[in-house]
Amino acid sequence: MNLLVNLFRSSLGRKLVMGATGAGLFGFVVIHMIGNLQVFAGAEVLNQYAILLRTSEELLWGFRLALLAMVGLHLYCAITLTLDNRRARPAGYQDKRPLGATIASRTMMVSGVVVAAFIVFHILHFTTRDIFTDYKAWTIELHGREGHDVYRMVVHGFSIPWVSAAYIVGVGLLCAHLSHGVQSFFQSLGLVSTGYQPIIRAAGVAAALIIFLGMAAVPVSILLKWVS
Amino acid sequence: MNVSLRVWRQKGPGTQGCFETHEARDLNPDMSFLEMLDVVNERLAVEGKDPIAFDHDCREGICGMCSCVINGEPHGPEFKVATCQTYMRSFRDGDTITIEPFRSRAFPVLRDLVVNRSSFDRIIQAGGFVSVPTGSAPDGNAIPVSKEIADLAMDAAACIGCGACVAACKNGSAMLFVAAKVSQLNILPQGKPEKDRRVLRMVQAMDAEGFGNCSNTYACEAACPKGISVNFIARMNRDYAVALLKNKPA
Repeated sequence: MNLLVNLFRSSLGRKLVMGATGAGLFGFVVIHMIGNLQVFAGAEVLNQYAILLRTSEELLWGFRLALLAMVGLHLYCAITLTLDNRRARPAGYQDKRPLGATIASRTMMVSGVVVAAFIVFHILHFTTRDIFTDYKAWTIELHGREGHDVYRMVVHGFSIPWVSAAYIVGVGLLCAHLSHGVQSFFQSLGLVSTGYQPIIRAAGVAAALIIFLGMAAVPVSILLKWVS
Repeated sequence: MNVSLRVWRQKGPGTQGCFETHEARDLNPDMSFLEMLDVVNERLAVEGKDPIAFDHDCREGICGMCSCVINGEPHGPEFKVATCQTYMRSFRDGDTITIEPFRSRAFPVLRDLVVNRSSFDRIIQAGGFVSVPTGSAPDGNAIPVSKEIADLAMDAAACIGCGACVAACKNGSAMLFVAAKVSQLNILPQGKPEKDRRVLRMVQAMDAEGFGNCSNTYACEAACPKGISVNFIARMNRDYAVALLKNKPA
């Protein structure tokens, strides 16, 4: 009991939850990016992968619920910690300098909120197919199994410039969030020793940059008609 | 040199304050910042006005008593330097200098630039000590401590408890101070028996005082006049996680 109360009430406990759930979500983003990049291998490969992901309805929902729980805990900690932080300085400064703090680190709440809104749009677009309802009818049959024509949805979606623009902005803010988030995970869980900090900070920025390039490559290639 | 001061004036705790402008004339650039305030205060006293209240004690950068946010930076513009060791040569002739008190719910303003930092004392009371049995003095070197560990503990113990970390943090978090005070004892064998209890209790006391939370922006490290490393925060986070897992009462 003590453990749970401290984990969800104390400042450091909530930072542990924030870091651990953030790491889980980071893992999902990496897998998602690798999945996306299969668009460059052609329609059959991508659609085959999409069918593979939906092999077991039970596993799929287990995975979705785990993700949802991580998002929920991450949001709970973010909101309660931010409210605490607001209360901690009732009167502000006339003159305020960031003192070495990066823009990404000072705007985690803004980037987080925009990314959350983007994820809702993204799910409505590709998962529930409610933005363009035509998608619901776009099915294919591959090696005797039926599935959604993900390749066609992706190419259609990203040929629309505003959808691609929203995606690139969303992914850009996600990566700004990660550029601070990755090193924050190591810091908040205490997995840093003297001397390693500069390496971890640089690795966080590098990981964010790679993910941005990997994610943005898809809409950019479709807009430029490299993939069609 | 001459400078213009925009300084926060407040009669007492909970009263409405405001900025006042004061001119500081004919200053020697090698005066310390606090000596400059002394000069301004002498003139204010002659004119029958209230002098500007500010905290100071040793004026050697080791007691942690001086404070002030100078042009948006706790302890002024110089890196790893306290307000008392900041000299007027760090400013230019004709500058306007904004001087504000440390701002935090846990550091209420007492008067002008003086804030009450006894919340730090209560955090120390919660666990920033070692319990030793009474009796005859132990033999010197009876407890072996390696040079690396002694140095690391000393790096943490360099914290003078001034509160600049809280003042600099966008969240008003006291994490760097608490981390230094937890670590200076948790690192050493003398502090080991109470390691878990110490971190749990000091964090609990920190939270109860109304400090904010760490979002790892590291402004605290940049503002710290003693250059305390944020690695100690990571170390405290680790100690806290381990203590939580052991799940013993605090």
